[in-house]
Amino acid sequence: MMSADLATLAPEIVIALYAMAALVFAVYTRKDALAGSLLWVTAAVFVAVAVYLGFGRDTTTEAFGGLVVDDSFARFAKVIILLSAAAVLVMGQGYLAGRGLLRFEYPALIALAVVGMMVMVSAKNLMTLYMGLELQSLSLYVVASMRRDSLRSTEAGMKYFVLGALSSGLLLYGSSLVYGFAGTTQFDGIIAAAQGQAPLGLLFGLVFVASGLAFKVSAVPFHMWTPDVYEGSPAPVTAFFATAPKVAAVALFARVMHDAFGGIVGDWQQIVALLSLLSMFWGAIAAIGQTNIKRLLAYSSIAHMGFALMGLASGTEFGVSAMLIYMAIYVTMNVGTFAFVMLLERDGQLVTDISALHMYAMQAPGKALAVLALFFSLAGVPPFLGFFGKLYVLRAAYDGGLAWLAIAGVIASVIGAYYYLRIVYFMYFGKEQDDPIPSGGTLVNQGLVTGCGIAMLGGVLVLYYVEIPALAAAISLVQ
Amino acid sequence: MIVFAFYLFALSAIAGGFFTVVSRNPVHSVLWLILAFLSSAGLFVMLGAEFVAMLLIIVYVGAVAVLFLFVVMMLDVDFVALKAEMARYVPLAVMIGVVILMQLALAYGAWDTAEIASSQLAAPTPALDDIHNTAALGYLLYDQYFLLFQLAGLILLVAMVGAIVLTLRHRTDVKRQDVLAQMYRDPAKAMELRDVKPGQGL
Amino acid sequence: MTQLILFMPLIGALVAGFGWRITGIRAAQWITTVLLFLAATFSWIVFLTLGPETQHIKILTFIQSGLLDTSWGIRLDRLTAIMLVVVTTVSALVHLYSFGYMAHDENFRAGEDSYKARFFAYLSFFTFTMLALVTADNLVQMFFGWEGVGVASYLLIGFYYRKPSANAAAIKAFVVNRVGDFGFALGIFGLFYLTDSIKLDDVFAQAPALADMQITFLWADWNAANLLAFLLFIGAMGKSAQFILHTWLPDAMEGPTPVSALIHAATMVTAGVFLVCRMSPLMEYAPEAMMFVTFLGATTAFFAATVGLVQNDIKRVIAYSTCSQLGYMFVAAGVGVYSVAMFHLFTHAFFKAMLFLGAGSVIHGMHHEQDMRNYGGLRKKMPYTFAAMMIGTLAITGVGIPLTHFGFAGFLSKDAVIESAWAGQGGGLGGYAFWMLVVAAAFTSFYSWRLMFLTFFGTPRGNRHTHEHAHESPMVMLVPLGVLAVGAIFAGMIWFGSFFGDHSQVNKFFGIPNHHAADGDGADHKTDGEHKADDGHAASAHGVTSEQGGHAADHAQTDKHHGDVPEGAIFHHPDNHVMDEAHHAPKWVKVSPFFAMIGGLLFALWFYVWSPSLPKRLATANKPLYEFLLNKWYVDEIYDAIFVKPAKMLGRFLWKRGDGATIDGLINGLAMGVIPFFTRLAGRAQTGYIFSYALAMVLGIAALITWMTLVA
Repeated sequence: MMSADLATLAPEIVIALYAMAALVFAVYTRKDALAGSLLWVTAAVFVAVAVYLGFGRDTTTEAFGGLVVDDSFARFAKVIILLSAAAVLVMGQGYLAGRGLLRFEYPALIALAVVGMMVMVSAKNLMTLYMGLELQSLSLYVVASMRRDSLRSTEAGMKYFVLGALSSGLLLYGSSLVYGFAGTTQFDGIIAAAQGQAPLGLLFGLVFVASGLAFKVSAVPFHMWTPDVYEGSPAPVTAFFATAPKVAAVALFARVMHDAFGGIVGDWQQIVALLSLLSMFWGAIAAIGQTNIKRLLAYSSIAHMGFALMGLASGTEFGVSAMLIYMAIYVTMNVGTFAFVMLLERDGQLVTDISALHMYAMQAPGKALAVLALFFSLAGVPPFLGFFGKLYVLRAAYDGGLAWLAIAGVIASVIGAYYYLRIVYFMYFGKEQDDPIPSGGTLVNQGLVTGCGIAMLGGVLVLYYVEIPALAAAISLVQ
Repeated sequence: MIVFAFYLFALSAIAGGFFTVVSRNPVHSVLWLILAFLSSAGLFVMLGAEFVAMLLIIVYVGAVAVLFLFVVMMLDVDFVALKAEMARYVPLAVMIGVVILMQLALAYGAWDTAEIASSQLAAPTPALDDIHNTAALGYLLYDQYFLLFQLAGLILLVAMVGAIVLTLRHRTDVKRQDVLAQMYRDPAKAMELRDVKPGQGL
Repeated sequence: MTQLILFMPLIGALVAGFGWRITGIRAAQWITTVLLFLAATFSWIVFLTLGPETQHIKILTFIQSGLLDTSWGIRLDRLTAIMLVVVTTVSALVHLYSFGYMAHDENFRAGEDSYKARFFAYLSFFTFTMLALVTADNLVQMFFGWEGVGVASYLLIGFYYRKPSANAAAIKAFVVNRVGDFGFALGIFGLFYLTDSIKLDDVFAQAPALADMQITFLWADWNAANLLAFLLFIGAMGKSAQFILHTWLPDAMEGPTPVSALIHAATMVTAGVFLVCRMSPLMEYAPEAMMFVTFLGATTAFFAATVGLVQNDIKRVIAYSTCSQLGYMFVAAGVGVYSVAMFHLFTHAFFKAMLFLGAGSVIHGMHHEQDMRNYGGLRKKMPYTFAAMMIGTLAITGVGIPLTHFGFAGFLSKDAVIESAWAGQGGGLGGYAFWMLVVAAAFTSFYSWRLMFLTFFGTPRGNRHTHEHAHESPMVMLVPLGVLAVGAIFAGMIWFGSFFGDHSQVNKFFGIPNHHAADGDGADHKTDGEHKADDGHAASAHGVTSEQGGHAADHAQTDKHHGDVPEGAIFHHPDNHVMDEAHHAPKWVKVSPFFAMIGGLLFALWFYVWSPSLPKRLATANKPLYEFLLNKWYVDEIYDAIFVKPAKMLGRFLWKRGDGATIDGLINGLAMGVIPFFTRLAGRAQTGYIFSYALAMVLGIAALITWMTLVA
């Protein structure tokens, strides 16, 4: 019994043990001097576990008395989480090292955060959910304010922490309401109890739980922390925020909605659709006014979360698979984009003002082309990958009877295209500037930018191989 | 009597929470918070959960609240200025609060539990004759919810690491006590006598 | 071999069009020309050795969707063979001629020599699409060719892209053709709708059934055969520049002269005539549509001839002449004598191409001067060109010995058309077509001779310098003229019997089984039944070997009652005896075109040789009539008022009001007004204070639970 449980949760256990071992090892040896290699080892562990998860299993097993489950949905999400976390880890090395932020705790904290995320997507119980969520959040609070000499960084961590605590409170409050109704925190029990016409108390519980999750997803109106935290955190941390935790949060959202509240789809569909609508529009509209590329990407991620939630809002199997595909594409785009953001250095300082990108194509034509592909993809221009992601969720929404949401999504996408394309415009047709950003950066980042840029077109060819596991994952979730 | 005690504790808990928020002096806020904790502990005792009640008093009142008190006293935060900014939102906040309260009242007024709720309680309180509360909690924590317990441990680890990461500084310009150096110090070499002639430097 | 004929021009076009940088311009020109000459040689071989059966050569499958089964295939019968010969021969000669004509073109700047390769590529491309049209085994393929020649024509008319007038003419040609093509496309749709097939054989087999069908179109009931024949003819009208849709052809003269010779005289414009002949099995069952064809052909012949009388631009005279001659062909087809229509098409190709090339030679020698009023006395300067033009004029005016079969090509074919028109007057138009054609013949003679006299006789007029430097064209331009001259002299005499001889000869030439016409009026069911069996056998024996073909034959045999695919390249209704009657026309009918020609000649002599001041006096005396003719009956002006101006107004309205004010206004208002407003709002909401962020969250919660309370 126990060994089977442990085997089911082996990936999480391995990473947790690794994180602790790495901490202890580094403390007793060379401390921060070891951070660089630790970073790579951590990334390697992530990739190894991802490969194991991606190819090693194909069953649905519950463990620890049903507290967690290992199914294709969880594995799909975990693979994306692990791979994106690995990519973000290695891309940040140059930046962190250049600013004296490369500390050995960083990879360990990221590893623990990843454990939290993996627990989140595997959760089959409101308590497991909360534990995973807190483990992830706490790690993130710390890394957000890791640049403790910077007022902005500490402020970002503080804001994130306080608002995160509030959202945790909301989540817990909602969980207790749900528990009060169902008599259990186990998802199986909740879905058995919550069928048909839901009483107001349960609906309130649903609203509070959804709000708590929406905060992690940074869906409007629970998004306010996002721009400030993105701007204040060190760039690699921002990149991390934009990728793996978003996947985990969205997957968790889908997990709770379908596994626990699958009997009252009609009720949560309205909530999720509303969150999706607001996020898409608010993200697109507010981003227009931004001149800081990190804030801009924060709003961009808000808008993208709106699209991902659109897939969830459809309430169908196809919707979930569309959401997963969307998240996979979103993560790829953001890895590339943030790798690019970290390339924008002048005299050892990160340049975040988008006006600095004027005529960037003259400086670095190759990178500019890759970024063009990335931003076109973010904007959803065919035939780039982002377009197909949008196509999936729009179709899911339409098939799910939310045609109005799909239309709104298209409009929001058009509005959003403005600020993406504006950057491309700056790069290619902008004003000549006296002090251009030098072309440089670490090899890893250049490779990631180029690779992701190519993937924006080449990925279309292999989209089919993402679609199959995504659909299998959706089937395992929705049943 | 029981009813009277319940309302006493309940009201003082609510009052404690309310004054924690509204009192102007942060130290008073913490004190009100302690009242709220104590009242809650009383409620737990009335529910038969004396272990949890004790935990609340020992951990929250004894440790957390006191820590809060220290922090509040040590930090020089201009709460008044903050509150002034916040005051602009008070009417709106009150309105929203009223709305939410009314809705919650609506929900609790017509509270409805699922029919199968009682049958699927995961950990119903066992009869005191079978097992003590503390032992029952122990079984629950270290057996059924072993995973959650471990995860909580990880969270605490992260909290600790985080605290260190955010605060530990290896300053080079600070004098630190080196115990061994002190002990192995040779008194003979500690002091050197020089004969300084008047009118001249060394 | 037929495939080779079809694809060699395409290869040439691709090589010259895309590969000239590799091969060099000169080589590209030679490659296309040599390929075309090869194609022409093969075409003559095919033409001369063609057997009686219709051959179906399948190339590849194009579209298969439901009932629609389109294959690329070649239908090789006499009609195709005639067109192959005409198209490849004229095209090959025009290619050769273009070496000289396009050698130095002032419309292109120095260093832009690639225009030559491009020109040859366009010519070859045109030839390919034209061949695709004439070899089509189904209507979709024919439509491909139909549109392909349209594209090539557009490209070539607008070849001098720096000239605004050339661009305008190209657009005009394209747009006017679109009107016709719309009719053609509707006709194809209709045929597919009613017969479930676009294969020519299937359509022909069901033509008798179509004659008994009614179809509702534009809120009225029509006879299916008539309606479809009419729609197809609208396509033919556009392509062949018949009255109403003729306006593009004179303007198309903006293109280089070799293009005019190839596309706008010999080949593309005759596609309409070819279509009517090709669809003869359908046309025969559509008497009203045929009457319309005859009427419109006669009208065009007369109209264009009148306009041709007064034009001064040498190419426009020939253009109107072409228009008029196409009218002749349609009259012949309209009265049901398709062989004569093809005969005139065949001979016309030779002499009209030659006239154009001759005119091109004159223009070339006169440094791109095109106004005949500035010519005169060029006889001695350009003896060979003069000789060629003289042969062409003799041919077009129809010089020959009356009542014999001895004369220039135009003499034989035009007289055949006019006799057929007389014989076919039972078609319901009385003598209209006949008299129109005779008058038009007189006019033809007049304006052709007028052209000759103005150009080659009299004294030099216009710019003295130009005349001093007038020169004969180089050999590459004269050789094609010579070859065409041979055709213009002998084509009529050689093939008269085949096209308009006695019945059995014509039937043999077009591969029509003899008994078909023999028991023409007898509706003998027994023989008909045998005949059907024969046909089935024949169908499975020859070309239609592929599964679809066999299937189509089965289909036709079993499902449809009239599953009789008529044999032969053209089809005559059993009641159609117009050709026989034409042979027995009275003597006065047969000599009338000759006297019309003599009359025209005499008038021309009088006006332009004996009394050169007369035309001017006549023009001032009859100013309204002269202006009416000079302005081409004001057709362009009427169109301008009815279609072009309103269309432009509508366009302007949609552009300024619709697109500019409404759409742009709305979008701009949204993009520059509403959205930035929200953007500023969003910026203000982002205060940076935690409590305002928390407030937003709480507001969200409040809104959500309120919503839940309301809907629950």
